[in-house]
Amino acid sequence: MTTPYYLGIFENEADVLSATRKSREAGYAIHDVFTPYAVHGLDEAMGLKRNLLTWVCLGFALAGLLFAVWFQFWIGSINWPLNVGGRPFNSLPAYLPVMFELTVLVGGVGVVVVMLARNRLYPGKQEQLVDRAVTNDRFVIVLREEDASFDPKDVEQLWAQDGVVETREVKEATL
Amino acid sequence: MHRRFSLLRKPLIAGEKSLNDVTEDVARPLENKATPLWWAAFLVSATVLVIGVAAVTYEILTGIGTWGLNKSVGWAFDITNFVFWVGIGHAGTLISAILLLFRQRWRTSINRSAEAMTIFAVMCAGLFPLIHMGRPWNFFWIIPYPNFRGPLWVNFRSPLLWDFMAISTYFTISLVFWYIGLVPDLATLRDRTTSRIKGFFYRLFSLGWNGSCRNWSRYETTYLLLAALATPLVLSVHSIVSMDFATSVIPGWHSTIFPPYFVAGAVFSGFAMVLTLMIIARKVLSYEDYITIDHIEKMGKIILLTGGIVALSYLIEAFMAWYSGNQYERFVFANRAFGPYAWAFWLMIFCNVVVSQLFWIKKFRRNITLVFIASLFINVGMWFERFVIIVTSLHRDFLPSSWVMYKPTIIEIATLAGSFGLFFTLFLLFVRFVPFIAIGEVKGVLNYGKNTAEAHA
Repeated sequence: MTTPYYLGIFENEADVLSATRKSREAGYAIHDVFTPYAVHGLDEAMGLKRNLLTWVCLGFALAGLLFAVWFQFWIGSINWPLNVGGRPFNSLPAYLPVMFELTVLVGGVGVVVVMLARNRLYPGKQEQLVDRAVTNDRFVIVLREEDASFDPKDVEQLWAQDGVVETREVKEATL
Repeated sequence: MHRRFSLLRKPLIAGEKSLNDVTEDVARPLENKATPLWWAAFLVSATVLVIGVAAVTYEILTGIGTWGLNKSVGWAFDITNFVFWVGIGHAGTLISAILLLFRQRWRTSINRSAEAMTIFAVMCAGLFPLIHMGRPWNFFWIIPYPNFRGPLWVNFRSPLLWDFMAISTYFTISLVFWYIGLVPDLATLRDRTTSRIKGFFYRLFSLGWNGSCRNWSRYETTYLLLAALATPLVLSVHSIVSMDFATSVIPGWHSTIFPPYFVAGAVFSGFAMVLTLMIIARKVLSYEDYITIDHIEKMGKIILLTGGIVALSYLIEAFMAWYSGNQYERFVFANRAFGPYAWAFWLMIFCNVVVSQLFWIKKFRRNITLVFIASLFINVGMWFERFVIIVTSLHRDFLPSSWVMYKPTIIEIATLAGSFGLFFTLFLLFVRFVPFIAIGEVKGVLNYGKNTAEAHA
């Protein structure tokens, strides 16, 4: 990718929220916004779609639940029926605790693994930082200079309304 | 101007902190040399841990006979400790999960350390059933896996198996929850450290986090989902622990009130431990601006609530024993209150019921010294609650000929001390190597109750 990036650094969340919204309304291609903490409403300002992780989690949780039901029935009634005090071999109430625990375990671990994979995060990954201060106290909007009409001056003017502290162009980077 | 927080609320974080101040404050104890106080505390807890390890080694080499257990009292000190430690853990998950779902933003100052406390407490708890097995090297037999012993499976009707599943799920989910919360903070530390070794580990564990909003968005969803899963989980864990007792037919244990009663007691004891730890930590690490008197007061209110539920449960238990008309049930409760272990019962009543009522008074809730002393009393009281439930239900059973007394041996006491040693050793290491306060989350609430629009204009 040789599309150059244009980035602006901001000092607080209100500014970055407002500047992101304006940039999107002005039709710029927002590559990403980097923030030191989760800024609420920023995903909306960027126009991000709702992610599907909730459904992923539900899927894993159901998988855990069904596995627990099948596993306990198979062991208790088919593979090794054990007579405990003359009770029926396949008694669902006794299986509830393990069903619940496996639902939570598989659902929770599953959604975390998918989230990390989707974010392309893995142990020991070399970080690709847009600015070193972004994990401390700076907020950075990164635009893609996609079309020829992109004029840094316009962007700078737009961002100046929200107190941008620094703008710069990055020719080549993997962000 | 768009405002996220009501101005009617008080700021959660005292002092006019900037984003950078938060990073500096949290990173300080990790980047400075350990203080003599830390070393002293570390040496003491490590020594106690070593004593515990010696006691457990001796017990495993010799056998369960080194404990004071006998034919009537088959469960005593170790199961008391187990229930006590699991209960301690509950406050951490309540703070991190339930308060997150209820949007109690003040949790951000204490959730990291409370979750760490949960993990260490569950580790301590898990040790006791393991030791109690007598042959801990065979512990993996409780895991249902295809084997050459039949295949002989575990008994899925046994509450002890439920307990194993509950505790291991609870530990795993708590650990994942805690670690996921840590990732952005480790990235913050990674980007400011100058040490190569620390940089290596921070890079390894921060997973290449770069603060991208796309990442944050998925991260926040996952965090919320984990909270939603952990909320019923934390209620289930102590419910299942209580079923270890409630599903047996022992008078004093066989009771339907046990699950809610145990959960309330767990949160009650857990918050007492959180208060004990936080009141020390905020002073030693000078985090008074983050863990403010308001935080202490709010935790005091949770203690009051759960303490009230515990007191009500004691009352209902006693009432039901009388109302059931069952002579064994009635005898067990009379024996608890007036028998040879009456001192433990009344100590429990004093610490849990009387002391927790002091939290009705606002002046008391806002007096740090008094809250600290009360939290110690509650820790002791909740340990004795489990002791009373377990030992007094067993030591005088159906046949007067098998009535005995139980007395812990020095080995058991050393094992209990050792679990405290383990807990505090781990906690002290946590204070040195992991950010004590969730940097990313506290930054998100800095503007709480402040007029940022005006301040900025």
